[in-house]
Amino acid sequence: MDAFTTLTAIAAPLPMANVDTDKIIPARFLKTIKRTGLGVNLFDTLRYDADGSERPDFVLNQEPYRRAQILIAHENFGCGSSREHAPWALLDFGIRCVIAPDFADIFHNNTFKNGILPIRLPREVCDLLMQDARLGENARLTIDLEAQVIVRPNGESIRFEIDPFRKHLLLNGLDDIGQTLQHAPAIDSYEARQRQEKSWQPGITI
Amino acid sequence: MAQNKPRTLFDKVWDSHVVERLPDGTCVLYIDRHLVHEVTSPQAFEGLRAAGRGVRRPDATLAVVDHNIPTSDRSQGIAEEESRIQVETLERNVAAFGVPYIPVLDARQGIVHIVGPEQGASLPGMTIVCGDSHTSTHGALGALAFGIGTSEVEHVLATQTLLQKPAKNMSVRVDGTLPPGCTAKDIVLAIIGRIGTAGGNGHVIEFGGEAIRALDMAGRMTVCNMSIEAGARAGLIAPDETTFDYVRGRPFAPQGEAFDRAVAYWRTLPSDPGAIYDTTVTLNAADIAPMVTWGTSPEAVLPITGTVPNPDDEPDAAKRAQIARMVEYMGLTPGQKLSELAVDVVFVGSCTNGRIEDIRAVAQLVQGRRVAPGVRAMVVPGSGLVKLQAEQEGLDRILREAGFEWREAGCSMCLGMNPDKLTPGQRCASTSNRNFEGRQGPGGRTHLLSPAMAAAAAVTGHLTDVRELV
Repeated sequence: MDAFTTLTAIAAPLPMANVDTDKIIPARFLKTIKRTGLGVNLFDTLRYDADGSERPDFVLNQEPYRRAQILIAHENFGCGSSREHAPWALLDFGIRCVIAPDFADIFHNNTFKNGILPIRLPREVCDLLMQDARLGENARLTIDLEAQVIVRPNGESIRFEIDPFRKHLLLNGLDDIGQTLQHAPAIDSYEARQRQEKSWQPGITI
Repeated sequence: MAQNKPRTLFDKVWDSHVVERLPDGTCVLYIDRHLVHEVTSPQAFEGLRAAGRGVRRPDATLAVVDHNIPTSDRSQGIAEEESRIQVETLERNVAAFGVPYIPVLDARQGIVHIVGPEQGASLPGMTIVCGDSHTSTHGALGALAFGIGTSEVEHVLATQTLLQKPAKNMSVRVDGTLPPGCTAKDIVLAIIGRIGTAGGNGHVIEFGGEAIRALDMAGRMTVCNMSIEAGARAGLIAPDETTFDYVRGRPFAPQGEAFDRAVAYWRTLPSDPGAIYDTTVTLNAADIAPMVTWGTSPEAVLPITGTVPNPDDEPDAAKRAQIARMVEYMGLTPGQKLSELAVDVVFVGSCTNGRIEDIRAVAQLVQGRRVAPGVRAMVVPGSGLVKLQAEQEGLDRILREAGFEWREAGCSMCLGMNPDKLTPGQRCASTSNRNFEGRQGPGGRTHLLSPAMAAAAAVTGHLTDVRELV
């Protein structure tokens, strides 16, 4: 996983609430056995007509937002399924940061595992940042994770909150499994205790 | 944490699975059961290989194929190449890593959330995860069950734990008795209509109250299944005699004297009197009517007696635009009666409503009736065992004679990953869980409802108040 430190990039405004994971990446594209290559189908039904041609009115089909690395949306972004294909598709397109008033829990969890920073900010602040984003090329946002600020094109800083443990993992690009395996002795002793206390609990064999 | 403080069911299951609590409150949480399917696992096994890691507890893991497979005859293999590759990849992975697997042609094959409880792999008091959001289904047994992404699937395979912070507690109580014609599906749709699709974000919902207690396990699973549609991390129902009777004798459940010891433990799980919930919601069962969704979010739901909303009645501009978009996508006219909407397809099945009780409800209503001309109606059992049971009861004959297709077990038309799909503009009365744009196929229009309501729509050809037919 790539570390996330600072990012200065074009932000795309997507003023929609309840952007569900079927919208981010429809189920028919989940048949891959890889993590990469999903960017072309990101927001497939919003982005393309039935014949596969681009819909000019969709933000990611417009310049300069084809090169956006930040996405700003409304409430409950990422609701629906647990498919990690949703953050994979965002990442493959180039998105490293999503800003919204709130996120669905599983999606929120999944973004961190892929080096994408989800930032929760009040609706009115998201709307303000969307106004910045609409200025396009000359209105890049800077995200500074260490300092926990977004710097607007006018130089103003907006602070955001993030879980310290997740911040640490993102800043250093650390693999969760490696972290957890440091607790292997504790897992061993937990399992030993459970075998005693819940000796009635059978294992599965087919 | 003081042990004498009254705890909720969620608190108890959580506390008993904490391996270690890190200084910032993140917990290393032990996972008792890990259910695996073909769509969200290939990249996880690939990750294990790349890191030279194995599966820590194959005996706590169970794999099955469901999302991709066709629901027609499977004895000749899967024609669609990408689907076949995904299934073959799972089969290679479970063989290489020693994970117990129910093969496609085994009678026990089915939707992972039907199979887990049916086999007794999912038990009260457990932590259960799966790379699928509808893992919340297993909460009906009084287990803490939730969906995870593929990175977390890999994490559980490698460590049998997850790094998690505790959720907040929400109590949703449904008091009183459900009126005739209403089911568990109507309860959960009414709850989502009340609290919204983000209403449960950050929470685990414990469902309780007289109307929930009166549900059988199938109904409880329907309710917990759709907790995720209210944004909740998980749904839970306290285990009771109904639960124990359901679990008793199932293949992977404890047997004999071990079962009695298990029950003694499970009886300690229900929330203590005076336990505190961060949020409480109360509904009156008597106020619930047969429900149907009209839009492309599960919260866009109304009683069948309702009419299509008018966007102009909504003062908030963003919400107005959203309603207008839903009305347009769904091909509706504001003010139109929901009961006037003609359907092209009726789908009965999914992890929400693919159990034997659901199929019985459909067969009961369609017995002696016919599917309306021009309507394609299908019943897809949730597992091979559900299919066999239905056939033993003669339900397949009733359904076929009425004009329904009777198919093999799988996720089918719930999510359009296999050949069962809507075509653009088709309107479907569906017992599944999501009505998102394109969920059942690009351009498809989904109305979520109960099995009985789906049966009513099948025989009349339009969305119908089931109370008029019984």
